[in-house]
Amino acid sequence: MSAQVTETAHGSLGLGVDDLLAMHRTMLTARLIDEAALRQNRMGRAPFVVPVSGHEGCQIGTAWPMRPGIDIWVPYYRDLGVVLVAGMTPEQIFLGLFSKASDPTSGGRQMPSHWSSRGLGIVSHSSPISTQVPHAAGIAYAMKYRNEDGVVASWFGEGATSEGDWHEGLNIASIHRLPVVFICENNEYAISVPQSKQMAVADVASRAEGYGIPGFVVDGNDVLACFRVMKEAHDRARAGEGPTLIECKTYRFLPHTSDDDDKSYRSREEVEERRHHDPIERFATYLVDGGITDRAALQTVHDEVKTQVESAIKAAWDAPDPDPATATRHVFAEDDP
Amino acid sequence: MTEKNLVTAIHDTLHDEMAADDRVMLIGQDVGARGGVFKVSEGFMAEFGEQRVIDAPLAESGIVGVAIGMALHGLLPVAEIEFADFIHPAFDQILSEASRMRYRTNGDWGCPMVIRAPCGGGIHGALYHSQSIEAFYAHIPGVKVVMPSTPADAAGLLHTAIADPDPVLFLEHKKCYRLIKGDVPDVPQPTPIGQADVKREGTDLTVVSYGYELHRCLDAAARLEQDEGIHAEVVDVRSLAPLDTETILVSVRKTARAMVVYEDNRTYGAGAEIAATIAERAMFDLDAPIVRIGGPDIPAMPFAGALEHYYMEPEPDHILVAMRDLAHF
Repeated sequence: MSAQVTETAHGSLGLGVDDLLAMHRTMLTARLIDEAALRQNRMGRAPFVVPVSGHEGCQIGTAWPMRPGIDIWVPYYRDLGVVLVAGMTPEQIFLGLFSKASDPTSGGRQMPSHWSSRGLGIVSHSSPISTQVPHAAGIAYAMKYRNEDGVVASWFGEGATSEGDWHEGLNIASIHRLPVVFICENNEYAISVPQSKQMAVADVASRAEGYGIPGFVVDGNDVLACFRVMKEAHDRARAGEGPTLIECKTYRFLPHTSDDDDKSYRSREEVEERRHHDPIERFATYLVDGGITDRAALQTVHDEVKTQVESAIKAAWDAPDPDPATATRHVFAEDDP
Repeated sequence: MTEKNLVTAIHDTLHDEMAADDRVMLIGQDVGARGGVFKVSEGFMAEFGEQRVIDAPLAESGIVGVAIGMALHGLLPVAEIEFADFIHPAFDQILSEASRMRYRTNGDWGCPMVIRAPCGGGIHGALYHSQSIEAFYAHIPGVKVVMPSTPADAAGLLHTAIADPDPVLFLEHKKCYRLIKGDVPDVPQPTPIGQADVKREGTDLTVVSYGYELHRCLDAAARLEQDEGIHAEVVDVRSLAPLDTETILVSVRKTARAMVVYEDNRTYGAGAEIAATIAERAMFDLDAPIVRIGGPDIPAMPFAGALEHYYMEPEPDHILVAMRDLAHF
């Protein structure tokens, strides 16, 4: 069971003007952080950057129905937009980018973009792919066992769906009809390997049938379509109807990481063509055409976010580095000060 | 005190822990209606329900990964791997996830979970039902690895492992399950993780061991004392990680002769770490070179009785002979 979702009109989604503008601002924040982070990389101040540009539509759209403080977020490393919705601030993002002592994800231990914050309900993840998917199932199991109202969402790329842990996590979650939503951000490439060499099917969502759960393909560059399919999945999870697999078709505009050269596997023409489907510009056009805002107001938002990002960079850069003497801490709980 | 065998001590302790705390969950293959292939969870499903006694799909990485998720959300999962030989698909979940959760989040998240795995040979289990896996995991900072050899230690260590805020790999030697009997306190007596135990006192040499081999060392020590007047001290490490080096060193400094006996393949096994520790810190207290007895460096334990026997005991009374030689060195 897999269905296409394309509807974009916000009227039926229960989203007000403030929601729409906040969603747009968050998408823009992700984009401007991304661009600024790469500049920091080129300046030699950030050794490693994981770009998000192109994924903002599917990330903000699928993250928006989640309820901070109640639901649990199990993201992967490209999910800058997701963790912004969860409540991470630009300054916290840059504390991680610069691996500072007060980096909320790990105090500078993990590579940047390996998100975590217990206070925000963001579960720590690693670099091996799909290992977080069974964790999402286990958290959802605990929620169901405790009769909690929470929902777990786990995000990953299409390459992740080749991993055994992905299958094992979806299988167990489906057997127990757990309150969890699985979201694939399909950008067509796992670093350099195209989808045609990753799987023999056109849609990741079609695999949902193998688990007896609903699967949906959605235009990942349409933030409102992503919101709608996630909202419905979130409602199903809360109603005890079990997991949903959502596949957002999207595209990564930039290399896999700051250490990748995507010219070796994608033509410039292809990337340029895909930039014409930019989810932020598409949403801006929707907002302007619908009379929700105008270009001048959007420019003001752009300038405000840019200023906010610049001050976040300055504050984070000036923050103290981790003390080398702390490197042996937190192996076990009894080591904790 | 009640006399029990090792597997009954584990059954009873796990039962009592589940009865005492509804956060304790059991997840594994065949743990439900079947009560586990070794009957560790017999009767649990009827008493605690299917939600807490979870018959998992056949997926070891998923079992451990789901248990990690439960631990992250306030439960105290006990994941049973049916045989330690099948744990390898979960290696990444243990190494990359459970062991690093606390470290990689700077102490923000933790993984309070137990992974139980029946291990060891001598039970006609062949290549894939006989393996010793402790060295792989004792090498990983962030995971505790214990292997009790007596029913009392099994009860005490399981009680402690479930209460521990970090992941504990709890290894159960299959040959000890029904062979080894002993008194178990009726009220739980916590056995600290990271504390070795002198199972037999002696003055002539120190034998450090764990698991089923410990009992063979105790047997050899008893015969040597009775027949030849050699007094061997036998130290049960109980906890491979963290390792109680002090108890080992105190014994070695007393006897001036040290021997390590373990069932795992000899090379890079736990005995190498123990021998190295003794060499580094007690070299000048020794009157003889350290003796290390491990399993042969063959890929795994063969099935045929004669071949299996070669693995477990390549020469008649090889432990006893080595102990005697060391005492007379």
